[in-house]
Amino acid sequence: MGTSLAFHYIFAAIGVGFPMLLVIVEGLWLRTKDERYYRLARTWSRVLLLLFAIGAVSGTTLSFELGLLWPEFMRHAGAVIGVPFSAEGFAFFIEAIFVGIYLYGWDRLSPLAHWLCSFPIAISGALSAAFVTAVNAWMNTPAGFRNDHGRAVDIDPVAAVFNPAMPTEVIHTTLAAYVFAGFATAAVYAFTLLREPANRYAGAGLRVAMLVGATAIPLQLVVGDVSARFDAHYEPIKLAAMEAQFHTEKDAALTVGGFPDDATRETHWALRVPYLLSILAFENPHATVRGLDAFAERDEPNPVPVHLCFDTMVGTGSLLLLIAGWWAISTRVGTKRPGTWLARALVASGGLAFVAMEAGWMVTELGRQPWIAHGFLRTKDAVTTAPSLDVAFYGFTLLYLFLATTLAWLLLRIRTDEDIQVPAGAIAKAN
Amino acid sequence: MPAEALVACVAVVAIALYAIFGGADFGGGVWDVLASGPRRSQQQEIIGHAIGPVWETNHVWLIFMIVLLFTCFPPAFAALSIGLYTPLTFVLVGIILRGAAYAFRSQAYREARLSQFWGHVFGIASVVSPFFFGTCVGGLTVGNFAWTSPFAICVGLLAVALCAQIAAVFLTCEVRGPVRQDFRTRGMIVTVVLAALGAIALGSAALTAPHVFAALRQPQSLPGILTAMTLGFVVVACLWFRRYNFARIAVCIEAVAILLGWYASQAPYLIPGELTYAQAAAPPETLRAFLVLSMCGGALLIPSLWLLFRVFKNAPLEHPG
Repeated sequence: MGTSLAFHYIFAAIGVGFPMLLVIVEGLWLRTKDERYYRLARTWSRVLLLLFAIGAVSGTTLSFELGLLWPEFMRHAGAVIGVPFSAEGFAFFIEAIFVGIYLYGWDRLSPLAHWLCSFPIAISGALSAAFVTAVNAWMNTPAGFRNDHGRAVDIDPVAAVFNPAMPTEVIHTTLAAYVFAGFATAAVYAFTLLREPANRYAGAGLRVAMLVGATAIPLQLVVGDVSARFDAHYEPIKLAAMEAQFHTEKDAALTVGGFPDDATRETHWALRVPYLLSILAFENPHATVRGLDAFAERDEPNPVPVHLCFDTMVGTGSLLLLIAGWWAISTRVGTKRPGTWLARALVASGGLAFVAMEAGWMVTELGRQPWIAHGFLRTKDAVTTAPSLDVAFYGFTLLYLFLATTLAWLLLRIRTDEDIQVPAGAIAKAN
Repeated sequence: MPAEALVACVAVVAIALYAIFGGADFGGGVWDVLASGPRRSQQQEIIGHAIGPVWETNHVWLIFMIVLLFTCFPPAFAALSIGLYTPLTFVLVGIILRGAAYAFRSQAYREARLSQFWGHVFGIASVVSPFFFGTCVGGLTVGNFAWTSPFAICVGLLAVALCAQIAAVFLTCEVRGPVRQDFRTRGMIVTVVLAALGAIALGSAALTAPHVFAALRQPQSLPGILTAMTLGFVVVACLWFRRYNFARIAVCIEAVAILLGWYASQAPYLIPGELTYAQAAAPPETLRAFLVLSMCGGALLIPSLWLLFRVFKNAPLEHPG
């Protein structure tokens, strides 16, 4: 299921973030009548067709796998968290309908009506991400029920949706989708600019993509900071693992980098910034931060991957912010061509955004172990008892690898062609 | 009416819509593989044209059903997932490959061989998924999740034929001219095949699973089954007299009647002999929240669906290709 999730997460993120790019680019086309924006919108709708199809089937797979792999989890938790899942179902429904209209309706709707159809895609995409993330937040901070010897009773579905972790996690994840979609698209066009400086579409594509990416990344760092402070109060054990904080201490230093050693309970080769962790977590340099030793060992996640993933996420996120700032200043928010080194950095930013997103997801998942729903159900008690699990696991992994390869190959072949018919009244501009 | 009965009604509506729209979708893939004769490529083109804008939407009904099941009947979801693990995995592989193949094929149009390969994958997956869905339903009906029992295999074949029938009838409404005639003939042939398979399924139930046969003969299930049989004739007649829009309505009612007949034969059990709807139901708070949500969601969904079909399913194509 991890494979399916990691796979789906990429497409889901693009399914959420990418429609925003379409809203902007088609809006720019309607406003400026610049044919480059029209051709970009047509090209991007082909990208959306491929990505949305794969995102949809991998999402269907996940809804099955919830049962196929985690029947016990669903037996216990289904009634509590099913409602946000159902809401996600409706949001996805609307998204699928308007994707259909959008992709195939270019010649059947008036330009304005067609553009308006991109809004429901972007909105319902963001909403479906929000609902699914609400479920994940529930797993981190379960709410809306009473735990009666491992059975959920007195269920309040609304309280389950609005669980404590929900607001920060939902915003953090949704922004991650915009960051990823923006920087990944920017990387493609930056690469094109480097290879074909005369390409007429790359500059326009890069500008639209970076408008989204560069707006989302500073917001993301702010929300990330809020999330960490939230963790200090509600998920202290996860914070301890994230920060490789083995021991409870006052005036806690922030551990940057390093390799946590679970055996000696120390973190080697790390940079320690005095008082910073206490300040970040509790806005007080002398606050006490609970370390892993404050909790029972059987409830403890493995700090090694959690800390490494956390630092990876923060590190790549900060680099993205730097690149976004560099872009905004040196190209005057996209009105000038980027220099060679900036273009190279932008190419790298696509990979960085991907790493940041997957690492962030690993933090929240691994940081919750050994629980699948914190304090309620352990992962090992939730997994299926059906036989031949590993055969299915390798089979699905191979299948996904095969699909991903084909998809990547097809995506790389998509070009913004001169043969896309431009409607009457379009204006041709040079770069 | 208790909340779980209302939710079960929502479920029936969703299953019926999935059977019709998802069925037409799968069936389109079946006809894609079986495309033949002098107008082979036109047939495939029309299928692609018909499926394109709606296929994602058609399959969301499935997601909705699964979500409904695990939200409102969690123990049944867990039991079904464990009991039908193998056939459901096949269904899943079929769905993944089918969706991917459809998208890949539409984007690989410049490479004949590649688009041909994905075309084959699309077709085969379109047969695999409904077949294993059918065996799941059959296995559930027989009991003990015996999805490899003769009756379950018959239901699997029946499901494929039903999808093909719905698709053929729908496709006659998508196009005019000789291609429409192709689908008209196919629609009549497959209806006969479907009737034969139905008879074989009933026969296999009588021979190998008497309790299933008895359940299907109960007064509560007979109306659905008899309606379905009658409508089979109506579909053939409508196609014969070229009343395509009537044929489309008849085939929809037929599919719903088959479902209702089966549903009635199973009631009040969700899993025969093990779990009734009432036993499997989630607490009333959850059911109520789900129903409220369904009403709000439905209020957004219905106009959106109307728009989708208004834009794309307005009039048949005059000239294919």
